[in-house]
Amino acid sequence: MEKLQQIDGVAAPLMRANIDTDIITPGKRIATTEREKMGEIAFEPLRFNDDGSENPDFVLNQDRYRDAQVLITGPNFGCGSSRETAVWALRGLGIRCVIGESFGDIFYNNCFQNSVLPVRLSAEEIAELATEVGPDRNNLSVQIDVAAKTITAPSGRVMHFELAPDRQQALLQGLDDIAQTLQHAEAIAKFQANDRTSRSWIHATPWQSNPSAEA
Amino acid sequence: MDAPRTLVDKIWDQHVIADLGDGVDLLHVDRHLLHDLSGARALAEVRDKGHKVHSPQLTISTPDHTISTATGRREDSTENSRKLATLLRTQSDVHGIAHFPVGDPRQGIVHVVGPELGFTLPGCLLVCGDSHTSTHGALGALAWGIGSSEVVHVLATQTVRQRRPKRMRINVNGNLGPGVTAKDLILHIIGRLGVDAGTGYAVEYAGNTITGLSIEERMTICNLSIEFGARMGLIAPDATTLAYLQGKAFAPKAADWDAATAAWAELATDPDAVFDHEEQINAADIAPQITWGTSPEHTVAIDQKIPALAQIVDPIKRSLAEAALSYQGLSAGSSIAGTPVDWVFVGSCTNGRLSDLEAAAEIAKGRQVAKGVTARIVPGSMAVKKAAEEKGLDRIFTAAGFEWREPGCAQCVSTNGEYVPPGARCVSTSNRNFVGRQGPGARTHLASPAMAAAAAIAGHITDSRKI
Repeated sequence: MEKLQQIDGVAAPLMRANIDTDIITPGKRIATTEREKMGEIAFEPLRFNDDGSENPDFVLNQDRYRDAQVLITGPNFGCGSSRETAVWALRGLGIRCVIGESFGDIFYNNCFQNSVLPVRLSAEEIAELATEVGPDRNNLSVQIDVAAKTITAPSGRVMHFELAPDRQQALLQGLDDIAQTLQHAEAIAKFQANDRTSRSWIHATPWQSNPSAEA
Repeated sequence: MDAPRTLVDKIWDQHVIADLGDGVDLLHVDRHLLHDLSGARALAEVRDKGHKVHSPQLTISTPDHTISTATGRREDSTENSRKLATLLRTQSDVHGIAHFPVGDPRQGIVHVVGPELGFTLPGCLLVCGDSHTSTHGALGALAWGIGSSEVVHVLATQTVRQRRPKRMRINVNGNLGPGVTAKDLILHIIGRLGVDAGTGYAVEYAGNTITGLSIEERMTICNLSIEFGARMGLIAPDATTLAYLQGKAFAPKAADWDAATAAWAELATDPDAVFDHEEQINAADIAPQITWGTSPEHTVAIDQKIPALAQIVDPIKRSLAEAALSYQGLSAGSSIAGTPVDWVFVGSCTNGRLSDLEAAAEIAKGRQVAKGVTARIVPGSMAVKKAAEEKGLDRIFTAAGFEWREPGCAQCVSTNGEYVPPGARCVSTSNRNFVGRQGPGARTHLASPAMAAAAAIAGHITDSRKI
């Protein structure tokens, strides 16, 4: 996985609650859109008009926010479907950090699989940060330091955030989950060997003896 | 003496392979379900990354999301299934994973197929790249939805890296009124607790209302856990669970059955176990529910009015409600009953089982779908379809003007190209009323199978108890 240590970039406020993963990547699109092109369909229902033209009211369509690397959002961002396409789409737009009061659990987890940092802050901090990068401001840049777990707002104010140590290290070092888990291959094998005795019914797999029967 | 534990902790502890530090455990995955939308690409990624599938015998696969549900459909009938359902089949074969393709009597929606085959078992740890995997908790499994990177991880290692969730218990007591269903109960719970109340929690449902429910009804409850944010929802196994499982195709047999049932008898929360949060719900208070907005928490009893905006205190929730009403073409403070409908969809992993179709058929029998309404019945699996046809439900539906279709996710998620048209209003037994969920511009109202069938007959949203 790609490392994520620091971000220095524009933050865009998208202050709407419950932005679900169907809004981030609509079901109509996800099956046939390639991972690398997922950014093209990101936020489609909000970002584009029915005729396919850009909706100028959508924050990421405004020139000052178009290159944002940080998204500031309302509560419960990424709720709904487990589709990881939502995170791929954010990456496709160039976004590496989402700041919100709360996130859907599966989305939150998916972020770390794709080198995207989800940050939980209080409603008050989010409101202040959104104001600092609001439409009437000139300096929209924030600095995020994953090692220090800090966000520096345009005003210079520093906000601290929580991040589990394993998640932090995975981002800083770009760790691969599968490689890490396979270091426990022996423990996995031992668990399964014991389990075949203690829970034999889990390992009786009658579907294997009868694959793909014809209707 | 051991400290009292919750059901979730008992199952969790039994699956820990290694403590990875920082509160993260490496857990054994007993059962893994793959479907076309997230599973096909994941299998290809395992191959491309040079891994092999660790324990292919603990996984089954079947297409559901992208396949057509039209009569006469084939694996390649839609643009998406031609790519993904075919890839799922070919990659399952490559990796030695049992696959139930289009045409197989065991094909269906993964969350319908797992339980009905007895693949899902009490106390097992089950994952799937789909957020409605919590459905399997109805059998007392610890089951949750994962992202596609995690699917690749499970395939390559047969494990998940996971933090222990907080524990919530929702105690439901009292009798549901006549014509009030499990779907109404869970929609009521979501409306009351709010769409993110379960975030970070595993939810155990308990109380005499829950223990009185059938397994299919319990599945509807557990299925919608994610709609208030809980990845996992489960119910302790009991005599109802055993009666459901015994004799299922893949359920344990003979000595294995005896050993399993002895172990499952331990799967209950200890009397003094402590939850991080508890809720009390009175089932007798609940009327048939229907959603009015674009979040599952936007739910209202059929005899109530859509909330007035002034009633919504939180400014972010108020602006969302305003946007939802605009999208839905409805007015704050007005009655939901009487709203004209264009479409009705009965099906999905939420309400696509035999008892769901029976409830809809009871309303449909001897009546006619209102003029101008397109009404579709999509069985959750081939087995559900066959059982329904043996009971003559298909003939009741077609005589009433409903379409009787082939099993799949269909208009619940519309990744198979079957859409509710833009601006059309659909009463749906599915799980999400999100913007564009049933197709761009489609307006969704979530409800029970009886409520959906009643809307099809009346041509407008109506109280199924008064049909």
